[in-house]
Amino acid sequence: MANVELRGISKRFRGVTALRDVSFTVADGEFFVLLGPTGAGKTTTLRVIAGLEKQDGGSVLFDGGAVDSRSPAERDVAFVFQQYSLYPTMTVFDNLAFPLRSPLRKLDNTEITRRVTEAAEKLRIGHLLQRKTERLSGGEMQRVSIGRAIVRQPRVFLMDEPLSNLDAKLRESLRVELEHIQKKQQSTTLFVTHDQVEALTLADRIGVLREGKLIQVAAPRDIYDKPANLFVAQSVGTPRINLFPSTYSDGSVRVADSPIALPFSQNGLPVHFTLGVRAEDVTPGQGDQRGEIALVEPLGVETILHIRSGDVTLLSMVSGMTHYRLGEAISFGIDQDRLHFFDAKGDRIDVEQGR
Amino acid sequence: MTAFPADSTGRQGQRQISDRAIKWIFITPTLILLILLNIFPLFYSLYLSFTDFSAITKDPPVWVGFANFGKLLNDPQMWKYFATTGRFAFLSVGLQTLIGFGMALILREKFNGSGIVTTLILIPMMLSPVVVGLFWKLIYNPSFGIFNYLLGYTSPVGAPDWLATGNLALWAVVITDVWMWSPFVMLLCLSGLNAIPDYLYEAAAIDRASSWFQFRRITLPQVMPLLLIAVLFRTIEAFKSFDLVMGMTGGGPGDATELVAVNLYRMAFQGQWRTGQASALAYIVLIVIIAISNVYIRNLNKIREG
Repeated sequence: MANVELRGISKRFRGVTALRDVSFTVADGEFFVLLGPTGAGKTTTLRVIAGLEKQDGGSVLFDGGAVDSRSPAERDVAFVFQQYSLYPTMTVFDNLAFPLRSPLRKLDNTEITRRVTEAAEKLRIGHLLQRKTERLSGGEMQRVSIGRAIVRQPRVFLMDEPLSNLDAKLRESLRVELEHIQKKQQSTTLFVTHDQVEALTLADRIGVLREGKLIQVAAPRDIYDKPANLFVAQSVGTPRINLFPSTYSDGSVRVADSPIALPFSQNGLPVHFTLGVRAEDVTPGQGDQRGEIALVEPLGVETILHIRSGDVTLLSMVSGMTHYRLGEAISFGIDQDRLHFFDAKGDRIDVEQGR
Repeated sequence: MTAFPADSTGRQGQRQISDRAIKWIFITPTLILLILLNIFPLFYSLYLSFTDFSAITKDPPVWVGFANFGKLLNDPQMWKYFATTGRFAFLSVGLQTLIGFGMALILREKFNGSGIVTTLILIPMMLSPVVVGLFWKLIYNPSFGIFNYLLGYTSPVGAPDWLATGNLALWAVVITDVWMWSPFVMLLCLSGLNAIPDYLYEAAAIDRASSWFQFRRITLPQVMPLLLIAVLFRTIEAFKSFDLVMGMTGGGPGDATELVAVNLYRMAFQGQWRTGQASALAYIVLIVIIAISNVYIRNLNKIREG
């Protein structure tokens, strides 16, 4: 396994800038997730690393050595595509064995069989080895694609939304398996997704991309608790973070068009800013804010309450089912240690918690 | 609810013609034409093939049983025509497949003006075979045709006369047929090639696959169904080839390019007017084509199932 470094990568397609000055490092054995909406440049980044696309500027380094002039085959990466890129008319076994049979690596047949069987067992496709790939279900096909990546020991695994074409249940189980395999093999993995749940659950570190720019690189916990700007804050967490235009006066944070006021003694805040509150930090039933229930969304494991206070609506998440009813007047509290502040440009304002 | 029935009766009153009637108005003309031009001749010629009927005499057809078929199948000359037809079909379809597929592989890469080039290449296919036959006759002309000139003959002395030389005439017809129909094979292959997703090749590149593997394992299997359909169509057409050959050589020199369809035409209309016997020959050709098509279709299904 190897570490991967990107230095100032930029890429343009016919006048559209896909990547601008993207730099980050994936450590040896790290599971790195690139998160961003469609068109953010996630896939382009992967393709540049694999050598399928040539960058216009910057450099890709494996273990400190530039690989820019090398072909995809020479870079020794494994790529799992969003579409199941299996060779038609070949059996599952032949598909899995194919990367091992390359004339560039000389493996004897018993070794090939051993590795294929091992990979098939890990992915629970052992019973499908003699099947033609056309007769597999979507989930099975993607397992085979992942299998084709893990039979060899590449320097880096590159995965381009490998789970997004699967139905919800399969996605969940394959996600767990992927994590097990990655942790066991200690493989350097770069995983691209637009799904924040995948990013938060799988990643050692997350890189958030927007319009070709890398906005924040941090551990999932920091991405969630200390989002660098409004975009990152909105990208992770379901339900979405509550955001309100607010002001600071007389030692209190005051939400516009609402009676919500939070005593908050500190200096760094400007007069106008955006206040961010995660739904789980809004606790109904206790505290001194007033509002009424506008909507109840019971999800079983948790319930999302829409609380109306003045002209704004807050989302609150409580665990389990609740007894709250529509229109009911309630009191609620906001955890003042977990407030997020963003300035007019949307960037995070770091404030010392001095109360 | 009360407005609904009233509304529907009102609409029915307005519409004089029912859906069923409209359907029949559109279908009937087609049906009549089909019956007159296809169905009736099909069965009438089947009947005639068992008679000694001739279209220019006033004698009614007399039933002769399998005599026409027996006579045709025992005629060594007829077997020779079939062999010539087979050779023509094999050569021209084979070359069309190679050239058509090759052109498709080249034109699949998009370059500046590739759309225009593709359109230009398709032109021969749109021409009438008789016209093609006539101007290729000029191209092959030994004294002023450009074909020999392009081959390097600057003087007509000693240059081959393609259409008048026994063993060259069939090749001349094959070359013309290939010129005319390779674009058709190309067109089908091109649509097959364009349907192959790029990521298959990218996966192969990352897996360190050779370009031979990429062709053998990705390109060929994906194009094969369409390629076989092209070959099937061309084979059927080659067995029925008539107008192009008639326009170029008329079956000559001697009987060097006498294809079955050309001979059939001669038997039915040129001086002989042996309508019954010609009908029998037409049915023999039909059976041969059906047999060949079946072999192709069986292979096609095998390929589709993987």
